[in-house]
Amino acid sequence: MRQFFDTRNRPWLASVGLALIAVSLAVLPFALAQVGTTWVRITNYAILYVLLALGLNIVVGFAGLLDLGYIAFYAVGAYTYALLASPQFNLHLPFWVILPIGAAVAAFFGVILGAPTLKLRGDYLAIVTLGFGEIIRIFLNNLSRPVNITNGPIGISRIDPFTLDGFSFGTYETFLGLEFSGPIKYYYLLLLVALGIIVVNLRLQNSRVGRAWEAIREDETAARAMGIDTRNLKLLAFAMGASFGGVAGGMFSAIQGFISPESFVLVESIMVVCMVVLGGMGNIWGVILGALLLSFVPEILRWTVTPLQEAIFGRMVIEPEVIRMLLFGLALVLVMLFRPAGLLPSAVRKRELEEHVA
Amino acid sequence: MDTFLQQLVNGLTAGSVYAVVALGYTMVYGIIQLINFAHGEVVMIGAMVAFTVINLLVPSGLPPLAIVLIGAGCAVPICMLVGYGMERFAYRPLRHAPRLAPLITAIGVSIILQHVALMIWSRNIMAFPQIIPSTTYFIGGAAITTVQIAILAICLTLMASLAILVYRTPLGTAMRATAQNAQVAGLMGIDINRVIGVTFVIGAGLGAVAGVLYGTYYGIAQYTMGSILGLKAFSAAVLGGIGNIPGAMLGGVLLGLVEALGAGYIGDLTDVCQWGVPLDACQGGGHFILFGSNYQDVFAFLVLILVLVFRPQGLLGERVGERA
Amino acid sequence: MKNVQFGISVIAAAVAAAFTLVGCGQQSGGGAEVRIGHVAPLTGGIAHLGKDNENGARLAIDEANEAKITIDGKQVKFALVAEDDQADPKVGTTVAQKLVDAKVVGVVGHLNSGTSIPASPLYNQAGIPVISGSATNPKLTEQGFKTQFRVVARDDQQGPAVANYLAANSKPKLVAVIDDATAYGEGIANEVEKTLKAANIEVLPREKGTDKTTDWKAILTKLRGRNPDAVFYGGMDATGGPLLKQGRELGIKAVFSFGDGACTDKMKELAGEAVEGMLCSQAGIPPQAASKKFLDAYKKKFNADPILYSPFTYDATNLLIEAMKKANSTDPKKYLGELQKISFTGASGPISFDEKGDRKDAEITMFTMKGGKLEPIAVIKGDKTMSYDEFVKGAK
Repeated sequence: MRQFFDTRNRPWLASVGLALIAVSLAVLPFALAQVGTTWVRITNYAILYVLLALGLNIVVGFAGLLDLGYIAFYAVGAYTYALLASPQFNLHLPFWVILPIGAAVAAFFGVILGAPTLKLRGDYLAIVTLGFGEIIRIFLNNLSRPVNITNGPIGISRIDPFTLDGFSFGTYETFLGLEFSGPIKYYYLLLLVALGIIVVNLRLQNSRVGRAWEAIREDETAARAMGIDTRNLKLLAFAMGASFGGVAGGMFSAIQGFISPESFVLVESIMVVCMVVLGGMGNIWGVILGALLLSFVPEILRWTVTPLQEAIFGRMVIEPEVIRMLLFGLALVLVMLFRPAGLLPSAVRKRELEEHVA
Repeated sequence: MDTFLQQLVNGLTAGSVYAVVALGYTMVYGIIQLINFAHGEVVMIGAMVAFTVINLLVPSGLPPLAIVLIGAGCAVPICMLVGYGMERFAYRPLRHAPRLAPLITAIGVSIILQHVALMIWSRNIMAFPQIIPSTTYFIGGAAITTVQIAILAICLTLMASLAILVYRTPLGTAMRATAQNAQVAGLMGIDINRVIGVTFVIGAGLGAVAGVLYGTYYGIAQYTMGSILGLKAFSAAVLGGIGNIPGAMLGGVLLGLVEALGAGYIGDLTDVCQWGVPLDACQGGGHFILFGSNYQDVFAFLVLILVLVFRPQGLLGERVGERA
Repeated sequence: MKNVQFGISVIAAAVAAAFTLVGCGQQSGGGAEVRIGHVAPLTGGIAHLGKDNENGARLAIDEANEAKITIDGKQVKFALVAEDDQADPKVGTTVAQKLVDAKVVGVVGHLNSGTSIPASPLYNQAGIPVISGSATNPKLTEQGFKTQFRVVARDDQQGPAVANYLAANSKPKLVAVIDDATAYGEGIANEVEKTLKAANIEVLPREKGTDKTTDWKAILTKLRGRNPDAVFYGGMDATGGPLLKQGRELGIKAVFSFGDGACTDKMKELAGEAVEGMLCSQAGIPPQAASKKFLDAYKKKFNADPILYSPFTYDATNLLIEAMKKANSTDPKKYLGELQKISFTGASGPISFDEKGDRKDAEITMFTMKGGKLEPIAVIKGDKTMSYDEFVKGAK
């Protein structure tokens, strides 16, 4: 199979391989819609997690800073979109204006969090980010009084779908004999954004900045001695990671049409960390794999574990949700114990994580 | 004045429970520089085991105090076993790995313990049977119950005996030696694995007792109770200076007081109307409160962040090069 | 570039896996049956309530099938498509989409307001009528969707009912209102506060915990300093129980009152002796006051008593079927009009909808804790309050 992707020695076969992938990605939503539009929706949520995991990967994988409150930036992006495009303040700005604003606001929060805390060592930083994530959620939950901003726990509903020049992403349309439902349109948009973010990630990895992050991750003191501005570069990692989270949040807001603080709890942060760790910190493809795997887990469990239990015990003994969380926990422990660089290790990261292990 | 005194009593009781939980964090951190994220879950398991045993024993007609003691007596060894298992199978293989690896593992262990508890005890809240006749005393207008007095006494005893153990016994000396430099301690003939294992076991035992106290005080236990309690206790440990045993006690009590006084007074302090700001909401004795008691859970995190940013060594900790 | 190649093959594998997964997940297409969807959390903390709701709907479907209903000349077979939304908004929309895909002609659910609200635009777009038997947040029917109905009282009917009852019977001068900062708790607490203020009763600034709070002492101590005559808590029994217990421990003598979230027997277990005399309300009538026909059928079929909202999901399902019979069609577009103007007597009493899709004259029942047991004391319908005994006599 690999020869299909060998761009250097077999460029012709490689382009066939790429074309095949492009076609299957393009056809996928229609194939899924045959079974049910639900599956397109589930795939869309999976792509959202891919965006989140790629954003967190910049912070955790590239710069080596464990962020346990990453979902806060997702929340900031989601609320920015919701407040600027819903009846809450009667603002209805177009999405191409709000998404950059959301990214900028999230990046700003990333810097606010990062500036005072980046001098902390790894595990302290992790706990502080966790606290930060919770503080953001508590604020979102309580900013309904004395002045109502976020509508508190009730959440914001009737959020505008993306519209472009009268073309709405939320509605159902027939075009060239094909049925385009809302989720299918969002699928293509998400795919486009995901591709963009993947390209940015790939370019970053081998850039000056990427190599500087790598140096900081491996030995911060040495990096500083080499003249790397560690503070600013760490801030940059936080800001970039946060801005990706912000974009993903904005899209979540529009797709769902409703958000409330309960979508941004600590477990979500941990889940994204789990995706990055399982897939392989620092490896873009690993992280994508991790995100896709873990976001389909609940669905897979629904189709396997529940009927299996009903067949054996005649009733549900362990809920799929519990099994899912147990799997997350086990994944974190087992990966760290036996494959610290993840399922698809990045070359550098692998060396780094394994050299200390006796 | 009554109110203030009462808030002090509330804060002191909650704070001393935080302190006992914080000891578990601080001991482990002091010795192997690991934030044992799963310690809160050990506390939860302690409470759940004790509640199960107590509920089973209630019909037996034993005296209430004996029932509670038997409950605690079952919880402590089980938690010790959990603590030891955690160290042996999840953390020991990673002792020389980069710092983030054991932390991520600890998060994983915490998720696993929480959901195993969910499978054993279900999501239902367990209620503490109303067996201990709680008498309320009023001291200068502040209500204090017998349970609160017992909690304060037990916490003080635990802290004192731990201090004696660490500073006055050969085992304590070995623990402190390992904390300072594990390699050299090993060369001096100290069995490091044993010392670290014992530290985990003692921490877990303290956690079990804290779980029983917490459960008895509030009358309920649930599989989710460990995570927030753990985070707060960790903040307390950081506040006092992590790795420092008297620091954990001080931090716990201070955090309890900050929370009680914070929740009690933040609303009045941030009422814009008392500053004479002309707002419509203030008309006729109205209020315009910026931050109410709804921000109660923020205090622990705020304390954590402020301490780490401005005084990472905590109140009683000493400055150590790479420690923070 | 080797990395890229490998990555691409990973994606290819993932896409292939997705296709396979879809293949596995494919449901076999049904015959000429008429599908009605039901959504409630069947896993998680309130799974027992979800199951109770589902039982109500299932009972109605089975009865309809036994009655061999003919619509448009054909005998129809109804099938219930039961889905689990885990009380999570995101899962709620996914499940709603699943029901739309399954071409259900109507939906009973969801149980929670938090999942009903994000799901309602999906049903609306597909033109499928949806009737909730338990979602009480006013916002649900304020969105302007013609397809959204409910057969229970809204929080802004329940809140005022509790507040008015409190005002009339306890005659407080100063009331403290606390909530748990959830959509439900804050929603109902806001309504209580509004009504009390309208009745010229002074209300202290709102205090809040969370749905996981165990330590209420700081808040209660503060309240004790102000000495309120009554306390209302908007939240669930898990937090309401400890609140009540700690309040009495601190020596607060006020009347404690709660909404339906804390109107359960669990309160006794969590608060012990302190529960005596507490007041609480339930949207609708208590299950034991539902029609005898329903109670007997439920008991016979499930070998258990209805827990909370099953009479309402039972009625909601029957309403859908009744509207189909009246329109002589199972097409949602055709029977929606009949549903809007329906007038039907169900297990929970007579039902008709106002222009928003809310039930006209929905009932609220007040309870008090007596000897460790919840006892219904009054039923409030619109502006009318009658004692529970009167209500039962009237219904017979």
